Amino acid sequence: MDISFKQVSYIYQPNSPFEHQALKEIDFSIKSGTFVAIVGHTGSGKSTLIQHLNGLIRPTKGEINIGDFTLKASEKTAKIKDLRRQVGVVFQYPEHQLFEETIEKDIAFGPKNFGVSDEEINRRIPQVLEAVNLSPELLSRSPFDLSGGQMRRVAIAGVLAMDPRVLVLDEPTAGLDPKGQQEIMDMFKELHTRKQLTTILVTHSMEDALKYADHVIILDHGQKYMEGTPAEVFVQKEALQRVQLDMPEIIQFIHSFEQRFGQALRYNGQSIEALAQEINQLVHEEVKVDG
Amino acid sequence: MNSDQVEFRNVSFRYNDEQPWVLNNVSFSIKSDEWVAIIGHNGSGKSTIAKLINGLIFPDQGEIFVNGIKVTADTVWDVRKQVGMVFQNPDNQFVGTTVKDDVAFGLENRGVERSEMIKRINDSLAAVRMSDYIMHEPHRLSGGQKQRVAIAGVLAVQPNLIILDEATAMLDPKGRTEILTTVYDVKQNHQLNLITITHDLNEIIHADRVIVMNNGEVWTETSPRVLFTQEEGLREIGLDIPFVAKLANELSKQSITLTQQPINQKELLDELWTFHLNK
Repeated sequence: MDISFKQVSYIYQPNSPFEHQALKEIDFSIKSGTFVAIVGHTGSGKSTLIQHLNGLIRPTKGEINIGDFTLKASEKTAKIKDLRRQVGVVFQYPEHQLFEETIEKDIAFGPKNFGVSDEEINRRIPQVLEAVNLSPELLSRSPFDLSGGQMRRVAIAGVLAMDPRVLVLDEPTAGLDPKGQQEIMDMFKELHTRKQLTTILVTHSMEDALKYADHVIILDHGQKYMEGTPAEVFVQKEALQRVQLDMPEIIQFIHSFEQRFGQALRYNGQSIEALAQEINQLVHEEVKVDG
Repeated sequence: MNSDQVEFRNVSFRYNDEQPWVLNNVSFSIKSDEWVAIIGHNGSGKSTIAKLINGLIFPDQGEIFVNGIKVTADTVWDVRKQVGMVFQNPDNQFVGTTVKDDVAFGLENRGVERSEMIKRINDSLAAVRMSDYIMHEPHRLSGGQKQRVAIAGVLAVQPNLIILDEATAMLDPKGRTEILTTVYDVKQNHQLNLITITHDLNEIIHADRVIVMNNGEVWTETSPRVLFTQEEGLREIGLDIPFVAKLANELSKQSITLTQQPINQKELLDELWTFHLNK
């Protein structure tokens, strides 16, 4: 689904001593099928922004369009339940929200609430289990018998079982070990491609934003600070430093190499292996010129 | 003094008889003054080690010694005087209504005299660069600031050993950098033994030694530099090496010889420069 924000502001507890403006005149549009990373420091407005996406909160000013749905301050959104069915949100530490006595019941809880038939739910459960790489043998077990990483997969399966068109992921890899992080992210990327989803990833990891996203939006103090492709955004060292963000490590290294060796080296999405080959050539070539 | 501060002798532990061993015949020793990082995948047993050291749980088999004292139900209070712990969640470890009260809490429990208490509060907050926040309410601080105050609270009681159990896991990159810098400073300026538990290999580069856990067993014990050469093995047990180490390993496969495994970007650039000059 296409998503657009037009001059969206959000103020917590307006007209009170606790008034706090969390978002300020945010403008952007995302084409259906895009993988977007939203990056920014704690308090930059990321969480407030994503709570708009399934109508948990409505803008104080401005307008949001998600597919055919419109969110505005002045009017209640028609068919908000349909919006919530189509926009699946995986919150931070989603395993904290598991509560049913079996894994099967927990996964079925969401779709059941949205009136999906038992027959259809039974059809979806094996598919989502496969997507999150959990064995069907686990279905009758309690989710609380599982490891943290497996519990997170169950929670994600519950969101996928609603068959959403938009997937919103709020730091989905927090607390997982490196292998667990990569497995979860690769799984989302695969789902994104196979089901032609629109995916919004909130992350602190510049490495993940670089690796998985087509488009990056950087927030700072509730405002949109920068946006563009990862290759456009992440080479702007000074601009990133101003909001205390780092460049991804591979781009940092390329910058330092250029400065040290006075040789042109560009980031163009190359793998570490390809980068090593380029460096190998440059280091040797220069010797020939000198000698 | 280079005596053993912590020693595990053939320690096994499980939560109950039907469950698999969380730790299986684990032995290692840590010298006083040493900074040891313990790493491993989720569920590898690394946090269980921390809980065993200060007697939150006791081994089913084997023995644990902290500064020469065997950890048992009878000695646990003596052991805990020597061990300070900082946990993962910054919101779960505050008791005071101000930063000052919070750091004072451990000192009051130990009956430290008032003048000494004030001195230690000031010194430990200075060590973590939080002196300006002494009268602030802890819950209004950022995650990184909260963890720094938690470290100050531990420093104030002057333990021989500080354990940070995934103390950076819930922080954003800025908070994480704050904590790593603080820990590095504290280690430079205080005589103490430090154990950091993490699964982020970027966080172990300053440690003297690394103990790698896998499925409840010690997989290897080595220096960060040597560990970073073992890319494939680490990946098989759910860990990963930092970018610099990966690039260095790829460069070694090309016709570039590096004299040692670099642990940061500067070292790798220096190596490349040297290689280029000597070519």
